[in-house]
Amino acid sequence: MDTAATEARKITAAADSRSDIAAGREYLTFTLGAEEYGVDILKVQEIRGYDAVTRIPDAPDFIKGVINLRGTIVPVVDMRLKFKLGKAEYNEFTVMIILNIARRVVGMVVDGVSDVLQLTAEQIRPAPEFGGAVNTRYITGLGALDQRMLILVDIEKLMSGADMALMDAQAQSLQ
Amino acid sequence: MSLRILAVDDSASMRQMVAFTLQAAGFEVAEAEDGAVALDLAQKEKFKLVLADVNMPNMDGLTLVKQLRTLPDYKFTPLLMLTTESTPEKKAEGKAAGATGWLVKPFNPEQLIATIRKVIG
Amino acid sequence: MSMDLSRFHQTFFEESFEGLDSMEAALLRLDPADVDAETINTIFRAAHSIKGGGGTFGFTAVSAFTHLLETLLDQMRSGRRAVVPELVNLLLRSVDAVRELLQAARDGRAANLELIAGHQLALEQALAGPATPAVPTVVVAAGGEPAVAAPNRGWRIRFAPHPGLFRSGNDPLRILRELSGLGQLRSEVELPAPLKLSATVAEESHARWQLELISGASEAEVREAFAWVEDDCELEITALAPVAEARPALTLIQGGRAEAPVAAASAPRWTGPERRGGNEATGSIRVPTDKIDVLINLVGELVITQAMLAQTGAQLDPVANERLLTALAQLDRNTRSLQESVMGIRMLPMDFVFSRFPRMIHDLAGKLGKQVRLETQGADTELDKSVIEKIADPLTHLVRNALDHGIETPEQRRAAGKPEEGVITLAASHRGGNIIIEIVDDGRGLDRERILAKARSQGLEAADTLSDAEVWQLIFAPGFSTAEVITDVSGRGVGMDVVKKNILALNGQVELASQLGRGMRITIRLPLTLAILDGMSIAVGNEVFIVPLAAVVESLQARPDDVKTIGHSSRVVRVRNELVPLIDLHELVRLPGGAVGEHNLCILIESEGRKLALGVDELLGQQQVVVKSLESNYRRVPYMSGATILGDGRVALILDAAELVRRTQPAIAA
Repeated sequence: MDTAATEARKITAAADSRSDIAAGREYLTFTLGAEEYGVDILKVQEIRGYDAVTRIPDAPDFIKGVINLRGTIVPVVDMRLKFKLGKAEYNEFTVMIILNIARRVVGMVVDGVSDVLQLTAEQIRPAPEFGGAVNTRYITGLGALDQRMLILVDIEKLMSGADMALMDAQAQSLQ
Repeated sequence: MSLRILAVDDSASMRQMVAFTLQAAGFEVAEAEDGAVALDLAQKEKFKLVLADVNMPNMDGLTLVKQLRTLPDYKFTPLLMLTTESTPEKKAEGKAAGATGWLVKPFNPEQLIATIRKVIG
Repeated sequence: MSMDLSRFHQTFFEESFEGLDSMEAALLRLDPADVDAETINTIFRAAHSIKGGGGTFGFTAVSAFTHLLETLLDQMRSGRRAVVPELVNLLLRSVDAVRELLQAARDGRAANLELIAGHQLALEQALAGPATPAVPTVVVAAGGEPAVAAPNRGWRIRFAPHPGLFRSGNDPLRILRELSGLGQLRSEVELPAPLKLSATVAEESHARWQLELISGASEAEVREAFAWVEDDCELEITALAPVAEARPALTLIQGGRAEAPVAAASAPRWTGPERRGGNEATGSIRVPTDKIDVLINLVGELVITQAMLAQTGAQLDPVANERLLTALAQLDRNTRSLQESVMGIRMLPMDFVFSRFPRMIHDLAGKLGKQVRLETQGADTELDKSVIEKIADPLTHLVRNALDHGIETPEQRRAAGKPEEGVITLAASHRGGNIIIEIVDDGRGLDRERILAKARSQGLEAADTLSDAEVWQLIFAPGFSTAEVITDVSGRGVGMDVVKKNILALNGQVELASQLGRGMRITIRLPLTLAILDGMSIAVGNEVFIVPLAAVVESLQARPDDVKTIGHSSRVVRVRNELVPLIDLHELVRLPGGAVGEHNLCILIESEGRKLALGVDELLGQQQVVVKSLESNYRRVPYMSGATILGDGRVALILDAAELVRRTQPAIAA
């Protein structure tokens, strides 16, 4: 990556903490059931196929287990199960978005990954009062692009939330 | 010709800071953690300048300066004391031992370079 | 040039903490009756370095406080102030204050100002005390220059160096250069008439200068250029008349090349023997721990890859692949020794923790009016850094307890026919793959009856038939304390349970032995490292789990009539003459797949003196595994202490034997 691009990414990352500013950023879009979602590309570490997962006792059903990601143990969440959307099938087309959030790595299974989009401020509308599967607490806005409607999710907040059961209470309070 | 400077201090962070600063300014630096090691190094190589802390185990800075001044190679070499003492009697002690001058701690890299340049341009 | 000094902070903190430790050790060594000059010097030097570094790296609070400490020490060093126990204690407390300041600076938090201010006041009072004439801390301006900085045209300077000026390494030309940096310099040199450029003359300075500096610089700034040579010259500085005078007669000597004595200073660089970089005497280097951790992780990966290769290799035809298999065996050996060497880097001597106790015992014994001697054995026994860091607090607690509750007052000891001075022994040793740490005191020991009574009063189940060992375990129950008087030393009954929890979290064990009136021995058994574990891999359904080998007693095939159901669902299995609780791992981990208890294959595990039989489907074998944290990306998982990566790249969870035994048998009574 050249320096200018690195610089640009740094600047975007610096604006990150202010979740109200959602414009001019790049989003990775993915589908869950009939809805299309977007997450900040800076939170995405990689995209990979669904691996053999080791199941964890006493975990909710949407936590599929843990995988070995180059030597670290990474939990995998199936968003289709979490939001009861789509069909939770696992085959060679099943994809997992590896997220880097709150200094942790989490795998997220979705129906499919579409593309990376840049949205300007004009293309983003405020989040609706009530909405689809994802609690509006975690939605930063709606992105309109041609005929498409993107639900922009604050993935860090969503994944750190108590109902995701991904962190100990202590770790949550540190966020 | 690069200029070799000997930095003597029992504090590793101080040595690191001095060495790094001087190297960044284009000098070459050898380090010693007390007077005895410094004297040993100075007998093997003629340094352009010696920067020495005052309080060190084994051999303190004043003794080092006295010893260095007895060596033919160091008769006129600038020997600077790094000292936290800025009181006149401490300076007098340093001068009596044969020190060229002193740099009062705390100093910052800019001051260090300015002083070194003052002495060996 | 501006430079970020933060890159040196790490080193500064490390050396400063080391310096504080050596100050503390030296202060404790200091005998007011027979003061050793070198000991005081050591303490002084450490304070001096911290002050200097603190100032340089911008930790002004550290340097300001340490300055007081240093001043006091300097007085003691020079004999101007007597070394008395009160001062030694004050210095010890000041060491704590400096440590707090440094820690606060390192962690980027605010320091405990109350603590600091209290100590600072005490130090200032001590310094103002009668034993010493007041020490001027105000910088006396050298040469007593007038503080006049009236703007004028410039300065006339008469500068006549003494002949010996060069012998201090100074050079008049350097000073002229410096002055010309302040403004426009005109100089006129006078040489003595009979000057000959012989070698003897070159070593001496004979020139005198008349200078005119056209500059807005203050007199102090001008004098500053002469600061190093003040005593080696005659110097007169007078203000120039404000009206400009034409002085064409003056010659501008730039660089002063006319002068001979320059020779010494600019002699060509001596090209002698090869250079020596750094110091050969030092056999160690400082490496940040995260670098080591990366190395350890990589070696962990290598071990896994090697295991994968070995697994694949085992399926090959040994004859057709002889050379490959020989190479794999070689790789196996090399990987093991690499792993051992790398793990060794993280090892630190027990002294790392033991060294904090002399101070603690000194302070506490004084507070409690007790006389205690500390003896340490095996302080050089090495232990993984992460284990050492985590064992420090539990050990501190146990030593404190031994001092507070174990050791009696001198009167009580005399009455019991014991020497007035009690002894606390700290011992560390290697035994098998473990480290054994013992805390032994010759105090009053545990009182069985009092513990039982106390336990009952707190609603704990405690039958008279309990064995001594079981009674001693009661003190590890939450909220348990037998101290008659709650002291501010070892708390209010919190602690022993936490101590035990911490030790268990390290895969360790703790045992107590006690004799009433004679003392008590606490034995802590710890694995050498947390990063690698000898495990037994077992299958439950389609999943593989690792059981720490240290907890495995045996595996057994239970006959159906050996298994009995008690109450609703509790099951026990008869192992020879003992009934051991039986848990089917299927039920525990609630994973689908496999039938419950089909094979009656059990492994018997033991922790904290209690046994548990685990029903499993299959025993897969023994292997060393690299322990990985589940919590770094996920959360704590019940009954699991971590995870590892198997030879085939899959993740396997590691069972927590201590938690299994505890959670499945909540009652203390057997």
